[in-house]
Amino acid sequence: MNFAFTEDQMAFRDAVRTLLEKECPPEVVRARWEGKPTEVWASLSDMGVVGMTAPEDAGGLGMDELDLVLVLEECGRAALPEPIVEHAAVVIPALREGGGKTAQRWLPMLAAGEAVATAGLGEAPLVPDADRAALLLDDHDGCLHAVEMSACELTPLDSIDRGRPLFAAAWYAEKDTKVEADFELAFDRAALGASAQLLGLADRMISMTVEHSKEREQFGRAIGSFQAVQHRLADALLRLEFARPVVYRAAYAVARPGECAPADRSLRVSMAKAYAGDAATDAARAALQIHGAIGYSWEFDLHLFMKRAWSLAAAYGDGSFHRRRVGDWLQQREDSDA
Amino acid sequence: MDLTYSAPEAAFRAEARAWLDANVGPFRDASSNTADGFAKLREWDRLLFDARLSAVSWPEEYGGRGASLWEWLIFEEEYWAAAAPQRNSQNGIFLLAPTLFEFGTNEQRGRILPKMASGEEVWAQGWSEPNAGSDLAGLRSRAERVVEDGRGGWRLFGQKTWCSRGAFCDRLFGLFRSDPTAERHRGLTYLMVDLRAEGVEVRPVQVLDGEEGFAEVFFDGAFVPDQDVIGEPNDGWAVAMATASSERGLTLRSPGRFLATADRLVELWRARGDRSDPAVADSVVRAWMDAQAYQLFTQQAVSVLMAGEDKKMGAEASLNKVWWSELDLSIHEAALGLLGDEAQLDSDWLRGFEFALAGPIYAGTNEIQRNVIAQRLLGLPRG
Ligand SMILES: Cc1cc2nc3c(=O)[nH]c(=O)nc-3n(C[C@H](O)[C@H](O)[C@H](O)COP(=O)(O)OP(=O)(O)OC[C@H]3O[C@@H](n4cnc5c(N)ncnc54)[C@H](O)[C@@H]3O)c2cc1C
Repeated sequence: MNFAFTEDQMAFRDAVRTLLEKECPPEVVRARWEGKPTEVWASLSDMGVVGMTAPEDAGGLGMDELDLVLVLEECGRAALPEPIVEHAAVVIPALREGGGKTAQRWLPMLAAGEAVATAGLGEAPLVPDADRAALLLDDHDGCLHAVEMSACELTPLDSIDRGRPLFAAAWYAEKDTKVEADFELAFDRAALGASAQLLGLADRMISMTVEHSKEREQFGRAIGSFQAVQHRLADALLRLEFARPVVYRAAYAVARPGECAPADRSLRVSMAKAYAGDAATDAARAALQIHGAIGYSWEFDLHLFMKRAWSLAAAYGDGSFHRRRVGDWLQQREDSDA
Repeated sequence: MDLTYSAPEAAFRAEARAWLDANVGPFRDASSNTADGFAKLREWDRLLFDARLSAVSWPEEYGGRGASLWEWLIFEEEYWAAAAPQRNSQNGIFLLAPTLFEFGTNEQRGRILPKMASGEEVWAQGWSEPNAGSDLAGLRSRAERVVEDGRGGWRLFGQKTWCSRGAFCDRLFGLFRSDPTAERHRGLTYLMVDLRAEGVEVRPVQVLDGEEGFAEVFFDGAFVPDQDVIGEPNDGWAVAMATASSERGLTLRSPGRFLATADRLVELWRARGDRSDPAVADSVVRAWMDAQAYQLFTQQAVSVLMAGEDKKMGAEASLNKVWWSELDLSIHEAALGLLGDEAQLDSDWLRGFEFALAGPIYAGTNEIQRNVIAQRLLGLPRG
């Protein structure tokens, strides 16, 4: 038993953090809000991040969810305005498992980051970053299909987070669009990826707020010295630190299917999504409240992170959806015991 | 105790409802945070004023109806139930006007109130400064006493910030430091300023949703005549605290607003929610009940106010403020929960949620209100 990441996994995470600090500051997120292209995808591709889950013979790094989860946390911390979860956590693994011609054709391009893939797997058919993507993975009658974006009719929707713009996609299911991979697994991967990003977002908002609380003075002292402010931040940290192991446990469940039946995997992922969503939306509430009016202004960067947190907390099943799944699992477990 | 409305009160409700139904349609979607919306809402205030519905509780001579607080509450219920828009004139009518009734002169009331209620002059609140938020007494904007060509007045210097709708407003009321040698809470003067005067510069500031909902206001020698001082010079703190209790307490956020939003939440639940989900039911029902409780708390407070000589809410106003602001958030959070995945998209509920998030910040943050409750109502020692 050892519930810890390896040195290599942490070193890779640190490298991604350093890169994103440099190449994905809030100005880059704002540029995406305005529909301008960003350079950060190319840098992440060069580093191997976008193709990290692709097999080595397709040009990837052959890594799994335990490697990925820490990296996605960093992408959340930066509010990376790219479909990294859909591309690296969902589509590449589904094609890898589905095999066939689609995989042969697309995996090398996706691994190199030359083509971007996204997915539309939620309860509501909302496709993030479809404007950037060449390939869409979507579900139809419980099966997965991979469709070229040029064959989809896209309608832009009014997203609360324009760093993660959403689209409705209309397309036709055909025999050769079908991918022989498991829909439930793809959905769990998307929810896990969103959970990892939510951890990073919560962490970012908490640290921004700690900084602000040390600098901002009212009544002749730093506002961070008021107990009301301290307790609120302490609560936010408490939620984040208890969400973390739950998310890492879910990554393990997805990465080691041999040790985990599909129902147990979904249970783990649902716990992760419920906790991470709450941790991030709570951190957002605390952050805004403690920043006061400046946090409510557009010029200040907090809203970029807050809106990503709201968006991801609602994506791929919100907290109550996932708690319901946990509840269903518990009910069934009682049945089988009886 | 008698919890029934009188016949004239019922008749007034029916009149207000019919008038709102007939008139509000074209104004419902106007936003007071955009230039176009603001212009439209000036027309809306004018219509309300012409029907003597803009400020029902004011005396008739200023355009009101001399209505009781009960009738005002009834009007507010009908106003929000009709899904009428947030008004341009709210800071004037709900915050400045009560101050003028208490501390102003007859000349000021006659000159200012009718134009305020008709939407001709829209008021911004100028309290906060970059270094004076919760600690309002830390404000540094100055008012220098001058007599020029025989005319007495004040020259203003400094900066105000976070003025709601300030980019579109005509005038501003605020506190300025007039005696720099006095202790922090003294030496402040409550002034009314023309935002288009020479020496005033207004810079729009975008809020969370990108609309220009805030403004910064810079003063570089703008002139304010003596007739635009409210109360005594150097006594502005006491005057301002009266406005603060209007803002936290009754006037700014009446129960009608939340009753209406809670009813819309129930509609959403019935239309889209899984009614068998107990967690969702719990969030909806709690939010709806909290709105009801707010109405009852208000009715009780109004009864005290109407019975007593001293028609003011004290530290109890802080109880009100915490309740309505947290209630508003819980209604909107419950609605977003019902929307599920679609909460990723923009909607009236999302906009309402963003606005509700500001409630625990403006009108004195909820941390400050809890300090007041603990220290002034419970008598706990100061930290
Ligand atoms: C939507 C909106 C509209 C507004 N409109 C106006 C307007 O029209 N006119 C105007 O003048 N102002 C307006 N404001 C500004 C508002 O009055 C201030 O935001 C508020 O007073 C808080 O000040 P601050 O933002 O500087 O936060 P700060 O005072 O810096 O507070 C930051 C945090 O520290 C906490 N804190 C501070 N002191 C204490 C303490 N003693 N104990 C415990 N916690 C403490 C606060 O509660 C808060 O969480 C508006 C604000 C918003 C969000």
